[in-house]
Amino acid sequence: MARETHGMVEKRGTGLWLTHVFMILGVLVIFFPIWLAFVASTVTQSDIIRPPMPVWPGDQLWINYKNALFSGINVPVGTMLFNSLVMAIGIAVGKIIISLLSAFAIVYFKFPGRSIFFWLIFLTLMLPVEVRIVPTYEVVAGFGMLNSYSGLIFPLIASATATFLFRQFFLTIPDELAEAARVDGARPMQFFWDIVVPMSRTNIAALFVILFIYGWNQYLWPLLITTDPEMNTIVMGIKQMFPSGDDFAHWPTIMATSILAMIPPVIVVVGMQRLFIRGLVDSEK
Amino acid sequence: MATVSLQDIKKSFGDTEVIHDVSTDIADGEFIVIVGPSGCGKSTLLRMVAGLETVTSGDVLIGGERANDKEPMDRDIAMVFQNYALYPHMSVRQNMGYGLKIAKLPKGEIDAKVLEAARLLQLEPLLDRKPRELSGGQRQRVAMGRAIVRKPAVFLFDEPLSNLDAKLRVQMRLEIKELQSKLGITALYVTHDQVEAMTMADRMIVMNGGVAEQIGTPLEVYETPRTLFAAQFIGSPAMNVLDAEVKDGWVTLGDRRIVEIGGSDGPVKFGIRPEHLIAEETGAIHVNAKMAEPLGANTLLHCELIDTNESFTASLPGVHILSGENSIMRFSIQPTKSHLFDIDTGLRRRG
Repeated sequence: MARETHGMVEKRGTGLWLTHVFMILGVLVIFFPIWLAFVASTVTQSDIIRPPMPVWPGDQLWINYKNALFSGINVPVGTMLFNSLVMAIGIAVGKIIISLLSAFAIVYFKFPGRSIFFWLIFLTLMLPVEVRIVPTYEVVAGFGMLNSYSGLIFPLIASATATFLFRQFFLTIPDELAEAARVDGARPMQFFWDIVVPMSRTNIAALFVILFIYGWNQYLWPLLITTDPEMNTIVMGIKQMFPSGDDFAHWPTIMATSILAMIPPVIVVVGMQRLFIRGLVDSEK
Repeated sequence: MATVSLQDIKKSFGDTEVIHDVSTDIADGEFIVIVGPSGCGKSTLLRMVAGLETVTSGDVLIGGERANDKEPMDRDIAMVFQNYALYPHMSVRQNMGYGLKIAKLPKGEIDAKVLEAARLLQLEPLLDRKPRELSGGQRQRVAMGRAIVRKPAVFLFDEPLSNLDAKLRVQMRLEIKELQSKLGITALYVTHDQVEAMTMADRMIVMNGGVAEQIGTPLEVYETPRTLFAAQFIGSPAMNVLDAEVKDGWVTLGDRRIVEIGGSDGPVKFGIRPEHLIAEETGAIHVNAKMAEPLGANTLLHCELIDTNESFTASLPGVHILSGENSIMRFSIQPTKSHLFDIDTGLRRRG
């Protein structure tokens, strides 16, 4: 048995090296554009415009980033980062709260039309946001929510996907637990807070990561409803930095902004990785 | 501590009636086992007492008060579930104290009560563990602890031992019974295992198809089963039931007179428990022994009746080894150990 294992390891040695070589090559290929963006954010405008394009970082890092964060082109990138953060967290937290509650209602309460409601919610999964963007705009404009955080957040907050996910998870919670809680005297919302929510915490974490990135990467919707640069989010704001007409784009600032736009999602993913993976892999029963 | 009284309980799911008119009175401190095959409505009956199912008609009285419309928590009951239903994210301590926490008891009092129950069940070293770190038997104990910590008037058990291995089951069976009589709490216990029913019950309710076939002490049910179903369900190995006829006061199989029993003539179902058969040369029951299962203290013989080819089981004390493939054996039976049932209604008939 021991010898066999030894043989396996030896045999795997070459394979392991080979796979790692391929993996490292793959990473390099994928990482190259990001590297170029980083390089471009550390040199001067004239360095970029004059070919060949530099491939090693210059000495302008501090200046370019300070410039982007505090003055930017239309609006300081700091403001855009803050807007994006509010929007992404608002959407993620809002979606989670609403889907938890609606999934709880659909799974644990008997009310007329329960399954109809579920399938109606499910049906909206079939429609991409873009299909209903015009009527949604009309509604938001009617409420006077253009150029506001509520306009950025609320229309994107309802989530069939998350509701569906939580519903599926709740269905795996044994009925006996709900009954035990009833015998223990828990009212429905006590059962929700004390038992259902803590049991879903890994799912919630996984969903938070996904939804945060979803919110962060929203492009079309903020582009439509924010006309005031003060309300721009960073992902759409990058596009707004390109000048119209014959002006030169100020590449170092734009690239610095791009790099800055990538940092928060990376922090969220890395920070919640452990919970995130647990949430996707097991449901802890 | 309270009496429980079921009065003409009926339950329907849609158009299907699953419980037909069950009535019984349970005395304070009594241990009642509801036993029957799966799908007989025993769990439904228990859940109606718990308040987890509504009662379609009839009344559930707990401590003399009508409880039909009360929420489970207002009924002063505690329930132990088949899969324990422990809250997976809470420690043993929190699991046991959750009901008290909801009842808004002060923290010190909760701790004291949890500790007291834990001591009773030898759970003290496990108090800070999570359910997933416990073995099946320990989880079972925690579920019991959660039930007794509230000092309920009535314990409800829904097949609590069915997930344990055989040895642990025997041990927990004794522990539950001991605990219940020590605390003096009225208990309703649902099981499909007739051994549990026989050993634990003060009285048992034998259920079949939503009907209480017989309500009585284990020995009453064993010795004088009221129906054919109760006769065959209780006792292991199961009672032999043969198609027979009463002629001139004698039970006859084919042409052979088996035992004199009196009463009116006609066809009957004739029941004999395997352990009541006596192997005798003069015995009137002629069988062809097919197979022997030696269990040590006794031997099960699987036979076929010579006249009708019906299968037939006998349990004889000691060790028996069959000499050949087909060995003819003869058994006799005492009149007091034989059971007659009506061929149509299955009700016990005593001639």
